[in-house]
Amino acid sequence: MNENHTIEAQRENPGIFSGLAATTKRDLLLAWKRPGDVLNPLFFFAMVCTLFPLAVGPSAEQLEFSGPGVLWVAALLATLLSLNSLFISDFEDGSLDQFLVSPQPLPVLVLGKTLAHWLTSGLPLVFVSPILAITYRMPLSVVGVMMLTLALGTISLSLLGSIGAALTVGLHRGTALLSLLILPLAMPIMILGANAVSLAASNDIYSTGIWALGAYAIASLSLAPYATAAALRISNE
Amino acid sequence: MWKWFHQLASPPHFYRISAILAPWLAIPGTILIAYGAWQGLFVVPMDYQQGDAFRIIYVHVPSAYLSMMAYMIMATSGAIGLIWRIKLAHAVGAAAAPIGAGFTFLALCTGSIWGKPMWGTWWEWGDPRMMSELILLFLYFGYMALRSSIDDTTKADKASAVLALVGIVNVVIVHFSVEWWSSLHQGQTVFKKGTMDADMRIPLFIMLIGFTMVFGSMLLRRIRTEVLYRERRTRWVREMILSPEGGV
Repeated sequence: MNENHTIEAQRENPGIFSGLAATTKRDLLLAWKRPGDVLNPLFFFAMVCTLFPLAVGPSAEQLEFSGPGVLWVAALLATLLSLNSLFISDFEDGSLDQFLVSPQPLPVLVLGKTLAHWLTSGLPLVFVSPILAITYRMPLSVVGVMMLTLALGTISLSLLGSIGAALTVGLHRGTALLSLLILPLAMPIMILGANAVSLAASNDIYSTGIWALGAYAIASLSLAPYATAAALRISNE
Repeated sequence: MWKWFHQLASPPHFYRISAILAPWLAIPGTILIAYGAWQGLFVVPMDYQQGDAFRIIYVHVPSAYLSMMAYMIMATSGAIGLIWRIKLAHAVGAAAAPIGAGFTFLALCTGSIWGKPMWGTWWEWGDPRMMSELILLFLYFGYMALRSSIDDTTKADKASAVLALVGIVNVVIVHFSVEWWSSLHQGQTVFKKGTMDADMRIPLFIMLIGFTMVFGSMLLRRIRTEVLYRERRTRWVREMILSPEGGV
């Protein structure tokens, strides 16, 4: 009897994490069914990294010197590319309206979607980047630092980008607009990440960048979902 | 006091008050700028290090200061508009953005004209202040682009207010990250700011006050246009236009 009662209560009032888990799971499943959405930004990332030596020449010192910067710029652009579709399909098929009227807090649902976005865009980038870093003659000890900065930085990029994606959802000129809105805001992340890797490559103290990236990730983890939720409500009025 | 404040938030009342206020800012402001420019360009002695080139600060410093001030106004009015749902506040944000972008551009131009004789280059990527100002210009562009791409005014107001608020949190981070970055890459090309002599400083203060007043009158005039456009279907606008005075 008593047990039944608690089950009933749970069914009526599921916790915050059930909403978070459900959204994340749903978006991961969608990504699994449409692998192109995950792979295309990765190919784009690899291609930007290929363009650079073709443009400035393949000399070893040059590649070693510019490797961290090129990889970071390419990662930033690839993340932007994938952010564009963050809310589009939900907006078109009406799931977004369901999110808005759901009794679950909207920032938590948004966080679930952003988490899924990071798992399908940021994390794959982190694991693909060593291959490209090695072609740029990056020493293995530096590759580890680069993966760490990319992991921390892409968390912030996904969260920051979700604000921009929410503001531009349903607009005709969304793609170019999203880049215009997000790039100036994302500059600090790239500055911190790329320079920490450069410092590590020249055997300097690089911890400042790592700590700052971590702080940025924590701050955006706690603030960005609220801004995204507010932006989604505005976009769907 | 509060009654006066609440009245100001009503568009017809604001429209009437601002008509009286704008010339009181514009005329003294212009006189102050004229006096300050004359002092700065002809009266103040030459700088013993920088020669006559330093005189550009009388335009550069006020425009750099207003470029940031306009962003603060934009973000603050956005917050006021979102929290208390005051429509006039959103009109302030919409009016402030192009003026702010203009002053940011002016600050960048005068900065690079100053940089040519000082650093020997028009543009110094390593200078953190130039970089912050450039990123500020991009933030203005983003704000205006978002505003112009949403057709519904109410929606555009709220969305751009959110963007301005996210931007203001980020501006601080941008500033410090750029500073850290330039400390890694830059030697000592950025000249140290020495203390300024009093007779150089006073014209600068006059220019700052004059620029601020002219900025205020420009802002008021833009808000008036914005209010008129937004309220174009209301009765008070129609009555005012049809009145014998013809809506002044």
